Amino acid sequence: MARYDRAITVFSPDGHLFQVEYALEAVRKGNAAVGVRGTDIVVLGVEKKSTAKLQDSRSVKKIVSLDDHVALVCAGLKADARVLVNKARIECQSYRLTVEDPVTVEYITRYIAGLQQKYTQSGGVRPFGLSTLIVGFDPHLGVPALYQTDPSGAFSAWKANATGRNSNSMREFLEKNYKETSGQETVKLAIRALLEVVESGGKNIEIAVMTKDQGLRQLEEAEIDAIVAEIEAEKAAAEAAKKGPPKDT
Amino acid sequence: MKFDTSGLESTASVFGTAGGDLVDGFAAAATAFELPATKDFDGFQKEAVQMVKPAKGTTTLAFIFKEGVIVAADSRASMGGYISSQSVKKIIEINPYMLGTMAGGAADCQFWHRNLGIKCRLHELANKRRISVTGASKLLANILFSYRGMGLSVGTMIAGWDETGPGLYYVDSEGGRLKGTRFSVGSGSPYAYGVLDSGYRFDMSIEEAAELGRRAIYHATFRDGASGGVASVYYVGPNGWTKLSGDDVSELHYKYYPVVSAETSEPDQMVEA
Repeated sequence: MARYDRAITVFSPDGHLFQVEYALEAVRKGNAAVGVRGTDIVVLGVEKKSTAKLQDSRSVKKIVSLDDHVALVCAGLKADARVLVNKARIECQSYRLTVEDPVTVEYITRYIAGLQQKYTQSGGVRPFGLSTLIVGFDPHLGVPALYQTDPSGAFSAWKANATGRNSNSMREFLEKNYKETSGQETVKLAIRALLEVVESGGKNIEIAVMTKDQGLRQLEEAEIDAIVAEIEAEKAAAEAAKKGPPKDT
Repeated sequence: MKFDTSGLESTASVFGTAGGDLVDGFAAAATAFELPATKDFDGFQKEAVQMVKPAKGTTTLAFIFKEGVIVAADSRASMGGYISSQSVKKIIEINPYMLGTMAGGAADCQFWHRNLGIKCRLHELANKRRISVTGASKLLANILFSYRGMGLSVGTMIAGWDETGPGLYYVDSEGGRLKGTRFSVGSGSPYAYGVLDSGYRFDMSIEEAAELGRRAIYHATFRDGASGGVASVYYVGPNGWTKLSGDDVSELHYKYYPVVSAETSEPDQMVEA
């Protein structure tokens, strides 16, 4: 292969930026993450890699808040994420300082995507190996929003989306099962999507919900377990219904 | 708008010629540019800044009331004692929902308001939403603060209507920024404040409010020699700004003090009212 993937991001003759594509590959190898937008709630879910026996599992938090009303989860290189999150948090405060308004979800998404784009076009740097899902509430309109960014700096708005490992099968699931939901139903949909690719159980997934009034709330392991059990019971019931149809007709 | 050079005239001797024992050697060594011939350089600098700073030769005012914001100003430009123009637009239209007033350096005000207009438009394009008056005034205050001490002379009010309703801020080249419901800036402001404060009520109609603004500008131009020309009045409401009037103050004079009869001296008649 010719050296179009060395030092800085340079176009290959057929129009590819290999460094960006490798970054996308890092995302595909990263942990699975999902985001679902409800009518009054937004939910972020992420797969938790099994922690070592002696490791404190609480020290690894993948869902972070950027401001009171904006949260982010990313798939890819966790070390890169910290840098991106720090910059985004500073921008949130800087925006508050200069215009005396909180950022909109679109604004901070555009800022993060802009930052990611910059790292595909500057010398001496490599792209962020990150795809992010950004959720939040518009401070002016109070409506929930969900955005996604990728290493090239492209961003888009979604009703529900997934990224990271096996994101395609999660997205397919969401496309099949998405309904405009609210409250607990939205949380359930997010967890069901995650369970498509993650082993069942509260210790394998991390869920955070955001509402307009309460802001971001990380769900406890027990809460997740309860919902997972509920989902499994529903699944079993559906399965049973399929096998032996009730004979009362 | 104003450039009073009288303060620059130096009474001290010119560098090197008087043979001051301290400066002699220095002057011979460095002749690249002249320093002001003064022993107290800091004091001189302060004086020079002081000379540029105060908003002279202007009366501008703005206030919030029930229906929105009224913005009014005179139209005189002076350079020291010389009246250089009687038709200056001191109310600057930043965008259809926001106005700025001009006191201090005409060029400084005009340029930075134009600059602010660009920034507001860019904000609008990026955020699909008009910038708040709070945000716009802070943008300007931050810029002016970054040039602090470099000789800018701006005393302005940013008035407009945004998602939160009417907004009014005072911003100056010292970097100061105040939120308020009633402001007046310029050499005529004490006179304008007198009329404004005594006549102000929150629940005025647009006509009453416009008349109050006009009257305040008129009385300021009457007492302040550096203010005059035309008293223009703008109104900013939920649908943006409109210009309500522009009256020559010398004609307004006869409206407020009609010539009644030969024996009474007119001006004293209305003072009691």
